[in-house]
Amino acid sequence: MGLLNRTAVELAAAIRKGEVTAIEATKAVLTQMEEKEDKYHCYVTVDKEGALARAQAVQKKIEEGFESPLAGVPVAIKDNMCTEGMLTTCSSKILGNFIPTFSSEAVLNLERAGAVILGKTNMDEFAMGSTTETSAFGVTKNPWNTDHVPGGSSGGSAAAVAAGECFYALGSDTGGSIRQPASFCGVVGLKPTYGTVSRYGLIAYGSSLDQIGPLCKDVTDCATVMEVISSYDEKDSTSIKREDTDFTSALKEDVKGMRIGLPRDYFGEGLDSEVKGAVLKAAETLREKGAVVEEFDLSLVEYAIPTYYTIAAAEASSNLERFDGIKYGYRTENYEGLHNMYKKSRSEGFGPEVKRRIMLGSFVLSSGYYDAYYLKALRVKALIKKAFDEAFAKYDVILGPVAPTTAPKLGESLSDPIKMYLGDIYTISINLAGLPGLSMPCGMDFKGLPIGLQLIGDCFQEKKLIQTAYTYEKARGVFGGKEA
Amino acid sequence: MANIISDETIEYVGILAKLELSPEEKEQAKKDMGSMLDYIDKLGELDTEGVEPMSHVFPVKNVFREDIVTNGDMREDILKNAPGQKDGMFVVPRTFE
Amino acid sequence: MAKQYETVIGLEVHVELATKTKIFCGCSTAFGGEPNTHTCPVCTGMPGSLPVLNKQVLEYAVAVGLATNCTISRYCKFDRKNYFYPDNPQNYQISQLYLPICQNGRVEIETEEGKKFVGIHEIHMEEDAGKLIHDEWDDCSLVDYNRSGVPLIEIVSEPDMRNAQEVIAYLEKLRMIIQYLGASDCKLQEGSMRADVNLSVREAGAKEFGTRTEMKNLNSFRAIARAIEGERERQIDLLEEGKKVVQETRRWDDGKGESYAMRSKEDAQDYRYFPDPDLVPVVLSDAFLAAIREKQPEFREDKMRRYKEEFDIPEYDIEIITGSKHMADIFEATVALGSQPKKVSNWLMGETLRLLKEKGMDSEDVRFSPENLAKLISLVDAKAINGSVAKEVFEAMFAQDMDPEKYVEEHGLKTVNDEGALRRTVEEVLAKNPQSVEDYRNGKEKAIGFLVGQTMKAMKGKADPGMVNKLLKELL
Repeated sequence: MGLLNRTAVELAAAIRKGEVTAIEATKAVLTQMEEKEDKYHCYVTVDKEGALARAQAVQKKIEEGFESPLAGVPVAIKDNMCTEGMLTTCSSKILGNFIPTFSSEAVLNLERAGAVILGKTNMDEFAMGSTTETSAFGVTKNPWNTDHVPGGSSGGSAAAVAAGECFYALGSDTGGSIRQPASFCGVVGLKPTYGTVSRYGLIAYGSSLDQIGPLCKDVTDCATVMEVISSYDEKDSTSIKREDTDFTSALKEDVKGMRIGLPRDYFGEGLDSEVKGAVLKAAETLREKGAVVEEFDLSLVEYAIPTYYTIAAAEASSNLERFDGIKYGYRTENYEGLHNMYKKSRSEGFGPEVKRRIMLGSFVLSSGYYDAYYLKALRVKALIKKAFDEAFAKYDVILGPVAPTTAPKLGESLSDPIKMYLGDIYTISINLAGLPGLSMPCGMDFKGLPIGLQLIGDCFQEKKLIQTAYTYEKARGVFGGKEA
Repeated sequence: MANIISDETIEYVGILAKLELSPEEKEQAKKDMGSMLDYIDKLGELDTEGVEPMSHVFPVKNVFREDIVTNGDMREDILKNAPGQKDGMFVVPRTFE
Repeated sequence: MAKQYETVIGLEVHVELATKTKIFCGCSTAFGGEPNTHTCPVCTGMPGSLPVLNKQVLEYAVAVGLATNCTISRYCKFDRKNYFYPDNPQNYQISQLYLPICQNGRVEIETEEGKKFVGIHEIHMEEDAGKLIHDEWDDCSLVDYNRSGVPLIEIVSEPDMRNAQEVIAYLEKLRMIIQYLGASDCKLQEGSMRADVNLSVREAGAKEFGTRTEMKNLNSFRAIARAIEGERERQIDLLEEGKKVVQETRRWDDGKGESYAMRSKEDAQDYRYFPDPDLVPVVLSDAFLAAIREKQPEFREDKMRRYKEEFDIPEYDIEIITGSKHMADIFEATVALGSQPKKVSNWLMGETLRLLKEKGMDSEDVRFSPENLAKLISLVDAKAINGSVAKEVFEAMFAQDMDPEKYVEEHGLKTVNDEGALRRTVEEVLAKNPQSVEDYRNGKEKAIGFLVGQTMKAMKGKADPGMVNKLLKELL
């Protein structure tokens, strides 16, 4: 079996046993990048020398007895997480030269576990987008078919995992940005319960919605990475102390009696028939395995998108104010006075989608509109949360599609923002409610593109998702990466 | 489109957001914002009377630091990415008071 | 007949809290560091950084709220106030708009016209901004974020004041309360207390308020009084001319004695406040409030009442001494060490105030310890040193708090109580000054003063003046 075919956990075991070294694994990935990056463009920054140096250091530690389930395994980081001394751009011109002086807590957790960081993956600029096409540094292509997008905003991370350009990756999810690209690229992605992974060092988009999570080759890797990156962090006031982060304990092939709800609204108009067929078939598989599967009405689904775009745009408009050409990042060449410098630096530094959301966010918070738009959205958010609470009184897991379609063609989505936003309809409400959601492949469409299955849990119930996903994965059989 | 965004509004939001849009961008922004607001207006269908606005999903509260100095001099790091620096400070265009 | 106008004033007072660290990060709040040496990713708005609230800030804010009779919000939140300016690294300030920590308080003030209450609309917590320095050489400005994130409370009064005297009485009152709490040193000149004045005028008897302006950059009580007078006149002139007062923020230039509008086209004054998603709500329990109540000090009014009962010192002394918590602390501690209250009070009222004034210092700057003051008083009581030597020793103690006993020893300042030695000196002085002796004997009583002086001089001040007088009279 080729080195690149291994999962992260398999590779770590092989390194532990001395069958292969972290250096060999890193070199194999770097070679793969050399061959594939021109075609897929998963990365904004590849730190070849740094990665080899880290691999050497970790290998030495392993030989000295250091043990960790991911020690020596090469990983890719989405370019919105700060990495000390390594360019961190958010795929934006405005941070095109930004080198953080500290690393995000999630990255530090990985490093403590002996991970080998390869570089930073491409994304939609400031995580605003669903295709990775809004990146200032070129589009990433879907390894399954390079005419198609990898999804977004963590498109680079998802594509890198699918293309064997890393063994796993970190992404961030504000409205579906881990789950949707995982679905489009045929990998497993998990957006944890809000507060489970520290946001310290994650460059904020919508602070109340952002959450870091893994993109992996299989469910086992996903649970293993989750165990490493979850931590209570005193530097993040919204971090939550959890005692139940032994996620690998849920890798059990057992869904007997598991109550699974299928929201009717997730299977209605707008859902591609092939996607619908594959997702329902997955539900059937789980039923055969002993789960109790039934349809139900999850109300308010159609209100999630307008609620989300109001809240996310408002928070983003404020979060992105710090990019002003003074402390770091891009400053325009020619300007007259302070305010002209602000305006020109920001207008030249941000791309169209980011500007669109900043404008919208500034408007909904402005005098006279705050109550009508922003507060209204926060009220609807409370209603959406309540709807989920009621659903989880009856079900352990909610099952549905990740996105209405498989990966669209490059260039198709950006022309109509509303249509693009509608693509987030199944993923967005769980960010509003702070819930965990897992995306995993459940089939292919006639074009040969992966179809994703989404499992949603009540807050802090990642283990139920992992157990259900693991059981389904065993029943489904191997779903290999495109390139590996 | 129910929401017609005026030139003044786009101009005003541009001042708030510190964005300078070209005439074409302005036209596009008017259209985009109008259609987004039409879409957001959908929330008006819901009766939210008496519903408390929810900022935080979980009832996390009272997260504090103790009043103990933990940071030393990090000036060099803080200035590392500055587009302009002088005498240990960030350089900005002249501000008038 | 000219119209009569009434001035209506409300104050927004910013107070820098005396915490060791900033409001949302572990950087020091100490003054005087090199630019940007007290900064970190949080207080310079680095991407990915997040704020965590300093508990001491909350405790001080609640303590001030309780001392000003406010209702303490059991549930409060932080909001972002969005505006672009280089001293504000995130381009939003974390403050409180929707649910401030304290509301609906009041304090009693006293002016020549009598006593009255000034209402406190609210008190909220927020972060301070950095400092902009103008670089004339390069025609640019430089930003120092050492003050960025220093904790402030903003105390917003009701528009209850009518003249500068009331405003100053209110500020004095706030300063007293906050200093007593140890929550801030409240120095206007140094900016640890800053007052913005909201002022409007209306015709006497009118029910509606006029349009108000907000005046900033007031660094002393004098500037505040002048700005109030100037703004009142400016507004009245506008109204008399049939013009309207524009609601705006104005900056006071104390050198020129006039103000000008700060507003520009780029200043929309639309702050787009919304709850900061990076911070969680503060929910106060009964126990938390009880613990703070427990720690509240004895405030000035109670202290004055107690001093009147306990200590036999003049009312004027009580007023001055309790006018500074620090002075009152020194007074009480010295008395507790056994010194007679009147004597302690004399040192504080006399030499201490004289030296403070001479050196342009504040009562809060007094550095000598009660122990050393008590020792000095015992030295005088025991007649080990005389009054003028005591003043000399005190001055040294005031400059650098040292042990007066050791000082007297080391400098050989002990009073000479050896009558034989003194008698010899007096005899010598008399011999050298026959004219004065003559004068005295001819009935010029004053001449003895000169002879006492000469004797003290010869003794290098170390003689007991009583004994010198006695010996002189005897030998004359």
